[in-house]
Amino acid sequence: MDKILRVDMSAKGGPKASVEPVGKYVGLGGRGMTSLIVADEVDPACHPLSAANKLVFAPGLLAGTSASTSGRISVGCKSPLTGGIKEANAGGQAGMALGRLGYAAVIFEGAPAGDDLWKVLIDKNGVSFSVDNSCRGLGNYDTVEKLVKVHGEKCAYVTIGQAGEMKLGAASIACTDRELRPTRHMGRGGVGAVMGSKKIKAIVVDESGTTPPQPRDPARFKEAAKAWVEGLKRHAVSGQGLPAFGTNVLTNVLNEAGGYPTFNFKEGRFAGASKISGETQAQLEIDRGGLATHGCQRGCTIQCSGIFHDKEGKYVTKQPEYETVWSHGGNCGIDDLDVIAQLDRMDDDFGLDTIEMGVTIGVAMEAGVIPFGDAAGALRLLGEVGKGTPLGRILGSGAGVTGKVFGVERVPVVKNQALPAYDPRAVQGQGVTYATSPMGGDHTAGYAVATNILKVGGFVDPLKPEGQVELSRNLQIATAAVDSTGMCLFVAFPVLDQPDTFQTLIDLLNAQYGLSLVGDDVAALGKKVLSAERGFNSRAGLGVEQDRLPRFFEQQPLAPHNVVFGVKPEELDRVFNW
Amino acid sequence: MKLTVKLFATFRQGRFAEAELELAEGTTLGSLADGLRIPREEIGILMVGGRHAELAHRPAPGDVVAIFPLLGGG
Ligand code: SF4
Repeated sequence: MDKILRVDMSAKGGPKASVEPVGKYVGLGGRGMTSLIVADEVDPACHPLSAANKLVFAPGLLAGTSASTSGRISVGCKSPLTGGIKEANAGGQAGMALGRLGYAAVIFEGAPAGDDLWKVLIDKNGVSFSVDNSCRGLGNYDTVEKLVKVHGEKCAYVTIGQAGEMKLGAASIACTDRELRPTRHMGRGGVGAVMGSKKIKAIVVDESGTTPPQPRDPARFKEAAKAWVEGLKRHAVSGQGLPAFGTNVLTNVLNEAGGYPTFNFKEGRFAGASKISGETQAQLEIDRGGLATHGCQRGCTIQCSGIFHDKEGKYVTKQPEYETVWSHGGNCGIDDLDVIAQLDRMDDDFGLDTIEMGVTIGVAMEAGVIPFGDAAGALRLLGEVGKGTPLGRILGSGAGVTGKVFGVERVPVVKNQALPAYDPRAVQGQGVTYATSPMGGDHTAGYAVATNILKVGGFVDPLKPEGQVELSRNLQIATAAVDSTGMCLFVAFPVLDQPDTFQTLIDLLNAQYGLSLVGDDVAALGKKVLSAERGFNSRAGLGVEQDRLPRFFEQQPLAPHNVVFGVKPEELDRVFNW
Repeated sequence: MKLTVKLFATFRQGRFAEAELELAEGTTLGSLADGLRIPREEIGILMVGGRHAELAHRPAPGDVVAIFPLLGGG
């Protein structure tokens, strides 16, 4: 992966592509690549939906190689939801295909005049563009089905649904999985709206005729790749818990800990939690002939995903993730896995971030648009988004907009992005990450849940403010580094918990690229990425005064522990003092 | 004393999801786990009343104890 593909969507007579060497971005993948390019090249003051914004895709550094669980894809831009820098990532097949084609990044800049929608084909011969309005107004499922008829089953498809075409703040970008279903989403921050603003409906990545990127030191790589799989299998989380129950195993844990946001962050426990837990979900999937263990991409050892069937044994969607089951489930007072799976399917089809949409519906419930627990109502509201009715467009613009339109005080957003499935009052380290991450309300950017709740990598009492700033700081640095390798983030459990597996990851990178990285370089990389992101945000008008949780978290105690968020603003401002 | 004991994920296999157990006063969480044949090194999280606790903790009558293997997600 030594080249960058740059596409000017504004060019007269249709998009024009050029290829340049990776240059100063060598050794960066995923978030490191997208964030540094966006910080270097995008005017922080630009309108996110204008031609001045750029949409940057980057596979992981080892994507397309035989290293397991390495094929994620990241996308970066200025976010239409937060107004700051954004990186979102997904599994599926596209990252591996880009890696095999040798692209370290693909940059879309400018925007075409006129209303035509474009299809981009990237293959071993280069890149080509065609006007294709045949999928206009279609969801991701129908779009991919049509594209597969033309381009076949060997390609990876990166598409937007109706939400992206409408340029809504919750719009995602879908990637196809091994079964050619558009179930893996670069979800957060409205990245799909930016793709829509550039009039790109679909990117087809055809890896046929390519070979895996060759390591500089094949013998060392082979040895490290073997140790890597062994390390992933050895850890209880990546070796047993995630394969058997998926991410939704967390429902019962967070509910027991009293940190499961219920009824739009009003309470910390949900009476219906066990009905929608990972244990129940896995059993249901097996009973109905689906799968409780499934990889979203070729060569994943962890296989945290699954396949969800309906009562008749027919495919509905991939196994909904913990965040989705929570946002559409407990957060809305809904305890029915079939309804949640249907909502997940609709989100994937319309191309919407499941966290943003579940939280938005929760805010609408708080406003009295429909009552909490109203499953039929939730399905109807989400349907409005797909249809693009005025109400649907409001909801599809996210929780912040919806809260404003309906006059709601309790709106759980940071930098206008909806908070995920951990209440910051009962998981205070996570609250620090929510408040301060350059991404806005985001859980992956510094997953303090691991230390606060799961006791992976130490323990810091989740109910107290002490120690949370340091915890979040260290995790945000480590995560920015792991994100910049572009490995699936679930490798972080073994990588941060088993020193030899951390070393194996470094060995893999060194063997592939002929580098001599050491552990400290990784921390330095994390800091570099965070600094670039924060620099962009501050120039975009998102300074430290935006590094705050909504006030209600400091004022309204959360049952059952009756705690409020106790980390003081001046302590939050110390997170990035290193 | 009576305790409500909840088990999760793989710990349910061959055991139970939730049960009322009668135990001698002063029993530690560690010996509770031993009695359930849950290897101590496989335990990831112990909670009493929704708060994290250690193996040496002695629950009080009526407490709700939750025992999880090492888990992750996100
Ligand atoms: S661990 Fe899960 S999300 Fe990550 S690559 Fe494997 S199946 Fe996909």
